[in-house]
Amino acid sequence: MYGEQPLFGLLNRIGGAPVADHGPWPRYRMTRDGWLQLIAELEGSAWSLLGLWGEPKEVYAALREDMSGDIAVVSLDCPQGRYPSLSPVRPSANRLERAAHDLYGLTAERTTDPRPWLDHDAWGVRRPLSDRPGAPSPNPGPYTFLSVEGEGLHQIPVGPVHAGIIEPGHFRFTANGETVVRLEERLGYVHRGVEGLMRGKPIAEAARLAARISGDSTVAHSLAFARAVEAALDVRVPPRAVWLRALMAELERVANHLGDIGAICNDAAFAFMLAEMSQLREAVLRAADLCFGHRLMMDRVVPGGVAADLPERGPALLLDLCAELRRRFPPLVTIYDGKASLQDRTVGTGVVATGLVSRFGAGGPVGRASGRGLDARRNPGYAPYDDLEFEVPVLTEGDVNARVWIRIREVEQSIALIEQIAKRMPGLPRGLDGTTPLPLVPLAAGQGAREGMSLVESFRGEILTWVRIEADGTVGRCHPRDPSWFQWPLLEAAIEGNIVADFPLCNKSFNCSYAGHDL
Amino acid sequence: MFKHILKSLTGGPVTEAGPAPADPALAELAGKLEKAAKARLGRSLSIREVDAGSCNGCELEIHALNNPIYDLERFGIRFVASPRHADVLLVTGPVTRNMREALVRSWDATPDPKWVVACGDCAVDGGLFRGGYACIGPVNEVLPVDLHIPGCPPRPAELLAGLLALLETSDTR
Ligand code: SF4
Repeated sequence: MYGEQPLFGLLNRIGGAPVADHGPWPRYRMTRDGWLQLIAELEGSAWSLLGLWGEPKEVYAALREDMSGDIAVVSLDCPQGRYPSLSPVRPSANRLERAAHDLYGLTAERTTDPRPWLDHDAWGVRRPLSDRPGAPSPNPGPYTFLSVEGEGLHQIPVGPVHAGIIEPGHFRFTANGETVVRLEERLGYVHRGVEGLMRGKPIAEAARLAARISGDSTVAHSLAFARAVEAALDVRVPPRAVWLRALMAELERVANHLGDIGAICNDAAFAFMLAEMSQLREAVLRAADLCFGHRLMMDRVVPGGVAADLPERGPALLLDLCAELRRRFPPLVTIYDGKASLQDRTVGTGVVATGLVSRFGAGGPVGRASGRGLDARRNPGYAPYDDLEFEVPVLTEGDVNARVWIRIREVEQSIALIEQIAKRMPGLPRGLDGTTPLPLVPLAAGQGAREGMSLVESFRGEILTWVRIEADGTVGRCHPRDPSWFQWPLLEAAIEGNIVADFPLCNKSFNCSYAGHDL
Repeated sequence: MFKHILKSLTGGPVTEAGPAPADPALAELAGKLEKAAKARLGRSLSIREVDAGSCNGCELEIHALNNPIYDLERFGIRFVASPRHADVLLVTGPVTRNMREALVRSWDATPDPKWVVACGDCAVDGGLFRGGYACIGPVNEVLPVDLHIPGCPPRPAELLAGLLALLETSDTR
């Protein structure tokens, strides 16, 4: 049976031709027939779709065989700008296909939903990244939301501008009295054209754009971009840079989780927790600032290494931070655990079924709260995490409460990771006179174009970044796939059957990125 | 729980009001801001934040203004949910074309007199997002901007300084 074949065997058998200069995982160029066979194969549940993206005359998808962990990229030439859609067998493909359509003019045949996604008829151009961008539609109609029929149903449109300091997006609730029958999201408001802006840029400039894909994950997106470039160009970064990157990534994870735990409790009408957690978050950001010169550590992870090193007192400062967190965080966890009125709001609210999480390949706290325990730091894994001790917490309840607990456990794990890194950091610090050079190696472009991919665990889940570096050292194509792509659709499922008033709480417990998704 | 609250009550404020050794600049700023807020308004200043294409980095630091350390509310400055209750629109991002209309609508809904603050490099001059098909660029290409606060993102102390500048210079309106 095909479903039991390892990924590479299958791809070879259905006529995939391996492409040179693609790392670290192989890319197979498929025939149309092979692509169709692959779709049939995806109907089984042994596979995760990791991403799907367009080029002017080509479509790409990244896959993982979940049992073996084998990863491959497949691509299909589509000279007519058409390809058979993956969305009938993998619903998570749909929005990615709609994005590829809006940006590259690629049509997914037999897709489950052909409506535009990122294109709101405001750009003054259609298919902006295709070979032949088109004039805007002369009379753009309004976006058609899915129709809902039934007695006693009413619709509540919310956004794009929301109450509070939140990113913009539109939510359309169909409710029966207080109960949500359906939520439909409409996103794309903060589409800045990141993929288009990266095209043709020198690597260093594109890296600055990668750092601004989603500000809360600036370290993780920078790391994903750097690792993809380094995979393409076969660059080995100095060990000290590898450890500094992990240090920044864990600081970012702790800061975000603390903020999220506080914000979720606040939306469950417990403002005390927000005040406490935001102080802890502030302590982390200040330590990051003192260590790396930027509170969010933006532009500090760069292709080839890092752009900032710890000051001499850095390790001591970090150990102090960890000690403070170890002193102040547990009592707050005890309060969360013991507060009945809080639990009343978070337990059983916004449940996502395990099957759905697997089907969408959702990771991060959303996936791990619903039984999907994948973490890119372990699978496929990258340095230095193979050399560090940590656990990946997994729960199965899938409700708001479980998503809070995953974050609590991950804060604890990341504190331990920061301690390990601070104590065992290899290499020499910069020194007071700054004479020790930064752990950073130069990048040399290849003979021809080279392609690379990376999977990096952000606080939100797994980021996939794919790049093609041209022979002249510029970025030919970069596709950064934020974890939010596979989590946003699940929010629609999570709120079904809950009351409208619980939406802010559910939404906060997901905390998907608008910017990371809209690009 | 009660033990914890009691501790927070008796432990003294965490807010950096007095000259906290780590951040004397912030303390000084806080003092000035307080004075300016009282002199200028004698009431509260309400801010409506509008994300017009931010990467959300600016939002994180704006959020930090509300934490007990910066505690913006002690100056009578608070964030409100509706533009109809706002004196100030605090705008972030390189104004995506997809957000242009919503931004203009928020401005239209804000009663006069009103001020617009462009927060962050993106809002100030388009940042790295100038020149694409998807962004308009600086906020002042869409709305009249009264104050620019550069930074990527601006630090909370810089945001406080910016709001102070706004209070000090906006007396004439
Ligand atoms: S100024 Fe910087 S932090 Fe603010 S939105 Fe722009 S890129 Fe993000």
